[in-house]
Amino acid sequence: MLFRRETPNLWTLLTPPAVWALHFLFCYVAGAIICAKAPEALGELRLAIAAATGLALVIIAAAGAQAVRHWGFGSDAPPHNQPTDEDQKHFLAFATLLLAGLSAVAVLFGALPALFIAECGA
Amino acid sequence: MGAKGGRAFEGLEKAALVAGAGLLLGACSGPQSALDPAGREAAEVARLFWVMLAGAAIIWLAVIGTAVFAGRFQKTPLGERAGLRIVLWAGAIIPTLILAALLTFGLRLMPVLRAGEPALTVHVSGEQYWWRVTYRTAQGEVETANELRLPAGRPAEILLDSADVIHSFWIPALAGKLDMIPGRTNRLVLNPERTGTYRGVCAEFCGRAHAFMAFSVEVMEPAAFEAWLARERAPAAATADAGAFLANGCGGCHSVRGTPATGTIGPDLTHVAARPTLGAGLLANTPANRRRFVSETEKLKPGVRMPAFGALESDQLDAIDAYLGSLR
Repeated sequence: MLFRRETPNLWTLLTPPAVWALHFLFCYVAGAIICAKAPEALGELRLAIAAATGLALVIIAAAGAQAVRHWGFGSDAPPHNQPTDEDQKHFLAFATLLLAGLSAVAVLFGALPALFIAECGA
Repeated sequence: MGAKGGRAFEGLEKAALVAGAGLLLGACSGPQSALDPAGREAAEVARLFWVMLAGAAIIWLAVIGTAVFAGRFQKTPLGERAGLRIVLWAGAIIPTLILAALLTFGLRLMPVLRAGEPALTVHVSGEQYWWRVTYRTAQGEVETANELRLPAGRPAEILLDSADVIHSFWIPALAGKLDMIPGRTNRLVLNPERTGTYRGVCAEFCGRAHAFMAFSVEVMEPAAFEAWLARERAPAAATADAGAFLANGCGGCHSVRGTPATGTIGPDLTHVAARPTLGAGLLANTPANRRRFVSETEKLKPGVRMPAFGALESDQLDAIDAYLGSLR
């Protein structure tokens, strides 16, 4: 499982950027298909992208919260570069937390055009 | 190099800097400048440019200022917590906010650039290496070439496509560029506001004469535009003899409405003498240049499909030139 874990690993580290990638893919593919096949459904597309953005942010927030827990709530400052299990855990957790922040911003930026687009084009 | 040589070099450098700045600033105005807008879309693009430039200047000053501060004034290292706080704010939060603001400012333009109920529809097709321009009016289509005339203050819808390769339609003074793609029609809405003569270019490399694929744009008062369109719709009113033009096969590729010349491969020549340029923005439209274009086509415009008619007798060239010059 990716969530409710005791220790972080590479999979929990990759969760936020993977969600970002899936969200980006969804926006891009859904936008392309709707604009090519049913441009009148732009309103629904906007709602779908809003829902996908909300879902993506919830998952990223959960991954970030778990990372904060794995990080020991910041009890130990970076860099976590000692060859110990403790530092490995803190390093992975802190990297996950940073990636969660980046992914959240990227998801919001990726969804922003849906807010402004007025039509699909001729 | 002695002290004297060093000073001379410095002087030269200064002169080059001044000349360079002059050239750069000189490029900010004129008939083909995105920074000298004559239409609503170009004004938005120019504003976007200035906002981005101001933002970039502020960021540059802040970064260089911090570097100077760190090198000159802050001699002792910061504590770990203070350092991390600087990384968090200056490295992540502030750049994110700036990017979000600039992104929002840019995206806000997307609907603006397509807005407007068009008062006029013009179909422009890019062809190697010229522009087929067709006005779609209630009284039917009016075809011309290498020249776009628009009424000031009225939105004009430009439908763009291509007959061969990808071209790009760009009138920097009026709007951003838009690709002309074979098999697809792209739509651009122009809102020209200031009357005047501007220059449009092909902005996507399309072959050997790509750099010679331009057109003139005339933004006119609406009444003058209507009068021009009515004249353009009328068939040719040539005063000279069409004999040499027709006998040498020009009509196989070119149309002159109201005559047996009905070719559609090359530009329509019905009112060619009234256009400001020749060969798609290549030469000023003078009798000498018309004659030169007919006899040295390939030399003037490499890769063009029209063969050069330099082998014709001089009196034939004279007659063709006289005929073209009478097509007003």
